[in-house]
Amino acid sequence: MRPDLEIITSWIQNNERVLDLGCGSGEFLKNLHTERNVYGIGLEKDLQKIQSCLEVGVNVINQDLNSGLKNFKSNSFDTVLLAQTLQALSQPDVLIEDMLRVGERGIVTFPNFGNWKSRLYLFFRGRMPISKFMPHNWYDTPNIHFCTVKDFDLMCVEKSIKVLNKTVVNLEHQGSLAMKLFPNFLGEIAIYQITRS
Amino acid sequence: MANSSITSVGIVTPEVFHFKDPLILRSGKIIPYYDLITESYGELNKKKDNAILICHALSGDHHAAGFHSESEKKPGWWDSAIGPGKAIDTNLFYVVSVNNLGGCGGSTGPTSVNSVTGKPFGPDFPVITVADWVESQKRLMEVLNIEKWAAVIGGSLGGMQAQHWAIEYPEKLRGAICIASAAKLSAQNIAFNEVARHSITKDPNFHDGRYLEHNSNPKQGLMLARMIGHITYLSDSAMRLKFGKEFTGDQLKPEKNVGRNLKSGELSYELNVDFEVESYLHYQGERFSNNFDANTYLLMTKALDYFDPSTDFNNDLSEAFAGATCKFLLISFSTDWRFPPERSRELVEILLSASCDVSYIEIEADEGHDAFLMPIPKYMEALRAFLKNIYNELEDHAS
Repeated sequence: MRPDLEIITSWIQNNERVLDLGCGSGEFLKNLHTERNVYGIGLEKDLQKIQSCLEVGVNVINQDLNSGLKNFKSNSFDTVLLAQTLQALSQPDVLIEDMLRVGERGIVTFPNFGNWKSRLYLFFRGRMPISKFMPHNWYDTPNIHFCTVKDFDLMCVEKSIKVLNKTVVNLEHQGSLAMKLFPNFLGEIAIYQITRS
Repeated sequence: MANSSITSVGIVTPEVFHFKDPLILRSGKIIPYYDLITESYGELNKKKDNAILICHALSGDHHAAGFHSESEKKPGWWDSAIGPGKAIDTNLFYVVSVNNLGGCGGSTGPTSVNSVTGKPFGPDFPVITVADWVESQKRLMEVLNIEKWAAVIGGSLGGMQAQHWAIEYPEKLRGAICIASAAKLSAQNIAFNEVARHSITKDPNFHDGRYLEHNSNPKQGLMLARMIGHITYLSDSAMRLKFGKEFTGDQLKPEKNVGRNLKSGELSYELNVDFEVESYLHYQGERFSNNFDANTYLLMTKALDYFDPSTDFNNDLSEAFAGATCKFLLISFSTDWRFPPERSRELVEILLSASCDVSYIEIEADEGHDAFLMPIPKYMEALRAFLKNIYNELEDHAS
């Protein structure tokens, strides 16, 4: 399994109720069900991906995250997961607050724009970074709200969100001591476990 | 039928099952014995675990797929979904379709002869509920020696039967597919049904429901009921498309025509049928009133109105579904205003709070409520994918 997903799995207890926002083809929920026996529900807007979820027996609800989670009751899940989708939301802060209303805990992963590669790209080329990982032009990218690890930390403070766990990995999803020391500079993917304080 | 023979179940012969034990209904009334007419497609496997039950909607019957004869022009009502290689794949599943009790397709209903009086039951046939249908289907299941349905599938009123199966007999089904359905009818929906009932019962030929004894038929009432129903099953956009393709005698573009196709090139300035939509509705009403029994129509709309699984559970719908163990698939259509996506989403919320395994998909479709009968690719693929997972689980169990 991808190390970032392994980290997330390690933060989820057996028999939890897990809501996966933007669950894709459902592999992670399927795996989580096998490993943790969770009651999992995925939200997805792409019909092709929904079909893949149905084929592997993952519960999936056809829903656009930008319309919020108002159809979910408060405290109805243990963990609400938002993996690699934060930057594509129209109001990421609103959704994060909604995540913590619906779930006891939230897990958020996002590409760290404060990574040295992005910084150097912008510094030397003077253009929005384009890479294998972020292949879009500024005008056609679905990623409209990039942030850095530091930005996310600040938002958590502003919104009184408690960070339970936080780690960064590189694109190979591996962590290192250096990354632990300089997460905002070296980390490429940030993984946060948060809750209401 | 030659063209569709590759993916069609082909010629099918209905089968009638006789049930001798009395059925005690929700109303307290008793049906002492009854017949159910069914059709089946595909083969029941050795483990008898690949059976699917198809539940029909308001005006449906047991003839869901294939043809009754070489000369039959139209196949069964859900032939688009049932057949070899189709979404409900008869190469994998044994599909059972039943005409519900109180229907007029061959199962015991208001047109059947009451052996006590020697006359048709007519209005004396008791009001049947969705729960009663499920009970009668459960008995059919026992006769067919099926332990557990791989899935119970239905659209609209059929979806309500699938819901009731999941609540009443959780251990008897693996999957419930509820298409364009609702946990209960809205006031608007009941209102449409009441207009339909009113038009039938106020028809001078209704004779308090004993029209068969009077050799008559409340044709005008049935026609009106069907015409109103038909409008609500279609969407505004579906009607625009259907009646806006050409505009004889003018150069107006179809999209500007908003479905106002004239029958002849010009307005009559009389109280005649001027527009195609009018003659279409007349045709639909005419056809329906010749083939459908008025008392059955009344009974079916009542079953729709009465459906509310929460009544047995302190009016708490999520408590009703708390014991359900099957996987649910809910499907709705964007332009359906008779059973709009909101109704399906409500049911999703209820199933979530009951911790049920539920999936939901909303299909973009122009056809309104009728979309559930159409072979819309994304819709068919969702059905196929959900059933494929169930089939794979059967295989896993077998190995």
